[in-house]
Amino acid sequence: MNGSDVGASRVAPTGRRRRRRTRVDWFLTALRVSMIALVAVGLLAFIAQEINPDNPFARWANPDATGLTGAQFRGLVISGIAQGSMYGLIALGYSMVYGVLGFINFAHGEVFMVGAMTGMITSNKLADAGLWESNFIGSLVFIVVVSIIVSSLTAVVMERVAYRPLRGAPRLIPLITSIGVSFFLQNASVVLLGPASKSYPDVPDWVKAKHTFLQIEGAKILVIVVAALSMAALWYYVDRTKTGKAMRAVAEDAEIASLMGIDVNRTIVKVFAVGGAMAGMAGILWGILFRSVIHTTGFLPGIKAFSAAVVGGIGHLGGAMAGGLSIGVAESVGPLLILEPLGVSGVSQLRDAVAFSMLIIVLLVRPAGLFGERLPAEDRA
Amino acid sequence: MSLAELSAAHGPSPTASSSGDGTSDDAPPRPPFAQDWHRIARMGAIGAIGQIFISLSNMPVKLDGRAIIEGVLSLGYLSLVVLPLAAGSRVGHQLRREGVPFHRPGAHEVIGGAACGALVGGGLSLLAMLIANFDLREPLVNWSPILADLLAFNCGTAFAVIIWLAIGAAVGAAGGLLRVVPPLARRVLWTMVLTLFGSAVLESLTTDLAEGMGIEGLIDWFYAPRGGLTITGAIALAAGSGVLAFVARGRIKGAKARIDALEGPARNRAHLGLILATAAVLVILPMFAGKLTNELLANVGLFVLLALGLNIVVGLAGILDLGYVAFFAVGSYSAAVLTAATSPKIHPELPWFVALIGVVLLTGLVGLFIGAPVIRMRGDYLAIVTLGFGEIIRLLFLSDWLSGWFGGSQGITNIPGAEIFGLAEVAGTDPRSVFYLVLAFCAIAIYVSWRLERSRIGRAWMAVREDETVAEAMGINTVNVKLLAFVVGAVLGSFSGAIFSAKVGSVFPASFLILVSIVILVVVIFGGMGSIVGVIAGSAVLIGVLGGPKQPGLLAEFSEFKLLIYGALLVWMMLARPEGLIPSVRRTRELHQEELAQDAWLRGQTEDEHEGNGESSARQPSGEMS
Repeated sequence: MNGSDVGASRVAPTGRRRRRRTRVDWFLTALRVSMIALVAVGLLAFIAQEINPDNPFARWANPDATGLTGAQFRGLVISGIAQGSMYGLIALGYSMVYGVLGFINFAHGEVFMVGAMTGMITSNKLADAGLWESNFIGSLVFIVVVSIIVSSLTAVVMERVAYRPLRGAPRLIPLITSIGVSFFLQNASVVLLGPASKSYPDVPDWVKAKHTFLQIEGAKILVIVVAALSMAALWYYVDRTKTGKAMRAVAEDAEIASLMGIDVNRTIVKVFAVGGAMAGMAGILWGILFRSVIHTTGFLPGIKAFSAAVVGGIGHLGGAMAGGLSIGVAESVGPLLILEPLGVSGVSQLRDAVAFSMLIIVLLVRPAGLFGERLPAEDRA
Repeated sequence: MSLAELSAAHGPSPTASSSGDGTSDDAPPRPPFAQDWHRIARMGAIGAIGQIFISLSNMPVKLDGRAIIEGVLSLGYLSLVVLPLAAGSRVGHQLRREGVPFHRPGAHEVIGGAACGALVGGGLSLLAMLIANFDLREPLVNWSPILADLLAFNCGTAFAVIIWLAIGAAVGAAGGLLRVVPPLARRVLWTMVLTLFGSAVLESLTTDLAEGMGIEGLIDWFYAPRGGLTITGAIALAAGSGVLAFVARGRIKGAKARIDALEGPARNRAHLGLILATAAVLVILPMFAGKLTNELLANVGLFVLLALGLNIVVGLAGILDLGYVAFFAVGSYSAAVLTAATSPKIHPELPWFVALIGVVLLTGLVGLFIGAPVIRMRGDYLAIVTLGFGEIIRLLFLSDWLSGWFGGSQGITNIPGAEIFGLAEVAGTDPRSVFYLVLAFCAIAIYVSWRLERSRIGRAWMAVREDETVAEAMGINTVNVKLLAFVVGAVLGSFSGAIFSAKVGSVFPASFLILVSIVILVVVIFGGMGSIVGVIAGSAVLIGVLGGPKQPGLLAEFSEFKLLIYGALLVWMMLARPEGLIPSVRRTRELHQEELAQDAWLRGQTEDEHEGNGESSARQPSGEMS
């Protein structure tokens, strides 16, 4: 069981450890410096453009570059925040499971997809019955409840079938299993619901229209508000209730927690259920915002949410949300802010690449994330 | 034999108790109706849900077109009897307390299996009733009258309800019976079933080969004109394989044990003989095979090459690389750029073998570049980051930014075939030549993996895999060693990529989805991480039968379901047999440390009992390990 030692060779960020600098170290240092330099140069060029589009530094790499107007920039940031808050909600599930079990539940993105699919089915049924138009808020609450129940159930069944038998197995085994679960759920959606992309019913005008307040679309306001509310509820649950205390205890040290009379299995099931509920909520928000789902919907948001969990410091709930927001904003403004001034064409295609690069940069520069990791005792290096 | 057992089971057995102090081997059978109903109900419910899932995934309808035995059984109906059989057999599985069976299997198992199987079959009865009364076609695309007709054998819902309960019970009872019959009979039975199934699956392959060898007449006798075995053919095959299995009982195992027991040069000679024989078959076989078979063989070969590369990274060094497709992509693209005249930016139009040097260098560099930052990360972070790299590489090939180099989503087309020193031209139009090229590279890859595994580097890899800290303490430079594994894996993957681009004649970013990485991972894990033979067998079975991410396999009907099956297989392998189909000995020991220690401890206990001294507890479990 090499659970505890995998992390040990990682260079501890604080502990001073004398080791010979190898070629790999030099390479990594060069990589870090060049990445940060790239970001800095792109940013500087962007700022130069904003000050005066004709100054030579702005034209240095990309003669055709045009700066962004204030409204464009605000729009990008707002949609980044809206997407980022969904990543944050998904990231909570990754972070909680990682905190408790110490492995990446790769299939968590698929739980999100299941939530979005459930929302699609329920909302279309409601739209057929005419309730979606006549009572939008009521229907929304209903589909949120249904989707939360279904995705929590998915997560719990997943834990029972695939992960519980592997408790204590070498670290990579549950990870590989979760890849299999993810693959299975994706393709189960294909064979059951068909491979085509499916759409949510039309939302009322007030959701689509831009509102006077900062010129934001209603859907984005809805997403941000609901995400904030869910986050607050989760914080209350984990930080103030007895169950939350049990979760934190299990995350701290499962063995000691069980000695203190905590039912570890039941707590882990609850962690999966809560994570699944958050993913289901995010699925509905995704559906309202983009109005279409397909079986691969869960893949990229799942990976990005994991990146968010790492960026914020895995095992750290507030960090997951902050990480989600920063990944969302970065992938939304990053391409135009940093890559466009550097003369990269077709930048909007590279938004996913930017999100992954951010994960890589964070892991290279600050592997513990922005707020530091909170890992089970045995996983701490 | 089984009948005798059955009648014995019906006899009075007053001492059949559940106290479980059965220290003797002939424990009494259980009374037939003292079932663990709770367990039966649970397994039945799980199986029923599984049956409904299989039906709604449209598997029975899609696979119904593929006959196993003409007019008797199709693959579609086969997919519906697998679960009752498995559940019926599984429910008779008894926990062995301290290595000693509770009771002798008998009627108890058969009745339990029948009850469980009926519940599982009942899932389909329920589904038939639901389809008749509700319309859920909206979300569930396969909720259709076609499925209902298939379930009802076109005889109405009531018939469907009764028949599936009956089929479930019968098949479940058969599953239970499997626990009762003696091992030899079970082995013969399994051989017969597998032979029938295998020959039906391999139909196109055998037909193709037979045509090449000019023995179509025989084949026409075995196979029906519209696919599937003929009834006479099936009976002949079953009888033949049964007799063969009966005659060969224990001999294959004996021969294997004898080879394993050989020492030194004799063992090497035996192995060499086996390898040469396999190589001879692989060289001669394609000469008789047609285009389709050769195409299939070439595809399998490409995946063997990829899987061998990933095996070094995952199996030997224990680095879970989910972005392995990146190296396949880089290999393909660099070969395309170096050989094709149509490459957008630079087109040196090198001959394939010269370009291969460039491909290896480039992929090695990319491997270093990706490997260096990730190699120090924790295992699971590394997996996600490599996945990210794999996706970034694809996005870069796809992007407008680099389309001046790689053609963006249009890719690079009209890539010339590989010319082998003016001797032969290898191109996709001639799959046989592709297969020979792949075979040559597979041979190189196998040799390299085999030598590396037994070298200082290989031992260092395994040490790192088993415990990195200890390996470091033993003086291994873990970073360099892991990086080397990464690069060697990358280079092997690039060979596959280079052949792929010459074979297909065009490269598109869409050929290099993350999906490919996952499929290769499934192949490696299914075959057995760290085991060369296992990895080859895994590719042959999975890619050959089910098909690769885009390549069709022998069961082309499975194309819609193969990814689903890959996912389920990955989970199942991890739960049931993490060491894979043909495991490497060392890896098995690693994964089952505790069980092995327990077994050894038990063995120690029983040995002590036989020796007659009572100081068994003084034995250390770990002392028995080696």
